[in-house]
Amino acid sequence: MSKRKIMIDPSQIIYQGLKLAGINFAASVPCINLGSLLDLISHDPGIVHIPVTREEEGVGICAGAWLGGCKPALLMQNSGLGNSINALASLDLLYSIPLLMIISHRGSPGEPIVGQMPMGKLTPGLLKALVISSYSPSPDETEKFVVKAWNQAECQKQPVALLFDLEFWGSE
Amino acid sequence: MKRIEAIAITVEVARAQGSLLISNLGFPSRELHAIGDRPENFYMLGSMGLASSIGLGLSLAQRKKKVMVLDGDGSVLMNLGTLATIANYAPANYLLIILDNCCYGSTGLQPTCTSSKTDLADMAIAAGIEKVLKVDDAQGLKQALGQKTATIVARVDPGNASVPVIELTPEFIIERFRKISCPLVESS
Repeated sequence: MSKRKIMIDPSQIIYQGLKLAGINFAASVPCINLGSLLDLISHDPGIVHIPVTREEEGVGICAGAWLGGCKPALLMQNSGLGNSINALASLDLLYSIPLLMIISHRGSPGEPIVGQMPMGKLTPGLLKALVISSYSPSPDETEKFVVKAWNQAECQKQPVALLFDLEFWGSE
Repeated sequence: MKRIEAIAITVEVARAQGSLLISNLGFPSRELHAIGDRPENFYMLGSMGLASSIGLGLSLAQRKKKVMVLDGDGSVLMNLGTLATIANYAPANYLLIILDNCCYGSTGLQPTCTSSKTDLADMAIAAGIEKVLKVDDAQGLKQALGQKTATIVARVDPGNASVPVIELTPEFIIERFRKISCPLVESS
């Protein structure tokens, strides 16, 4: 194991990025890799956190939160991207609504669960087809990239995705 | 009660209260726009099923404003998890009105499950929503709309009024709405 993985806690570094970006509203559907990050968000009185039943529902709730002046993030597994495509297109892209998507990218190299593989392979292409910018920063760049991704979302008024694969979470 | 009558009653109450109003896509938004256009109306043009969710996020972000949602049976059936989320997280300024005409009114009146065995008010109660009201006439709806927070299931007749397509652009709808829903944020 490299020193880097020991020194940087991936959940903590995303959380710090969210705080620096001013994210104050989050909707989520859990992934095992998002567990610690969801704990951090749930215990932060400065972030309204709504666990949702389906990722598409989270897209709607985050859009409403932005209408009300919040800075929203949606935390989910990449399987949830598939559940959200119509909402991302005919709500966020149609009306120009910003959203930061923090996505655990399952089905990436090292994935032990065969069911994760199809969406794992399709995820980058789906984002590309939606013309949604996505970034996969290394842990030491992540704080900066979270801020950059939100700023881009807010400035361009559209969703921006951060994809964190299994290597990022240290579970490769 | 015709749906457009229920919409007229709802927008009258929203106007009197200064409430924000999220409207489901298709004919409900067209009917609302035709009889009661106002900057506080957000007309959905896509994302079927998400009216209740958009309203929920808005009500959580803007606790001082009352948020009303005009939804439909077909759309709620498409996003049933919303009832559980509302039961657990909706604040006191959130009012959901489900106009139940037992069919997909905007696509040719194909029946939904509420035309047969399914009762959305019972489902809302089972999801944990504390105040659920069933109404089937104008008087009942007027009374129910006096609630601060509730889920109202209003039975309306199938059928659409003869109203035009909304010609407002998505950009216009959202920018006009957001100046009111989020007044402190500078609008571009």
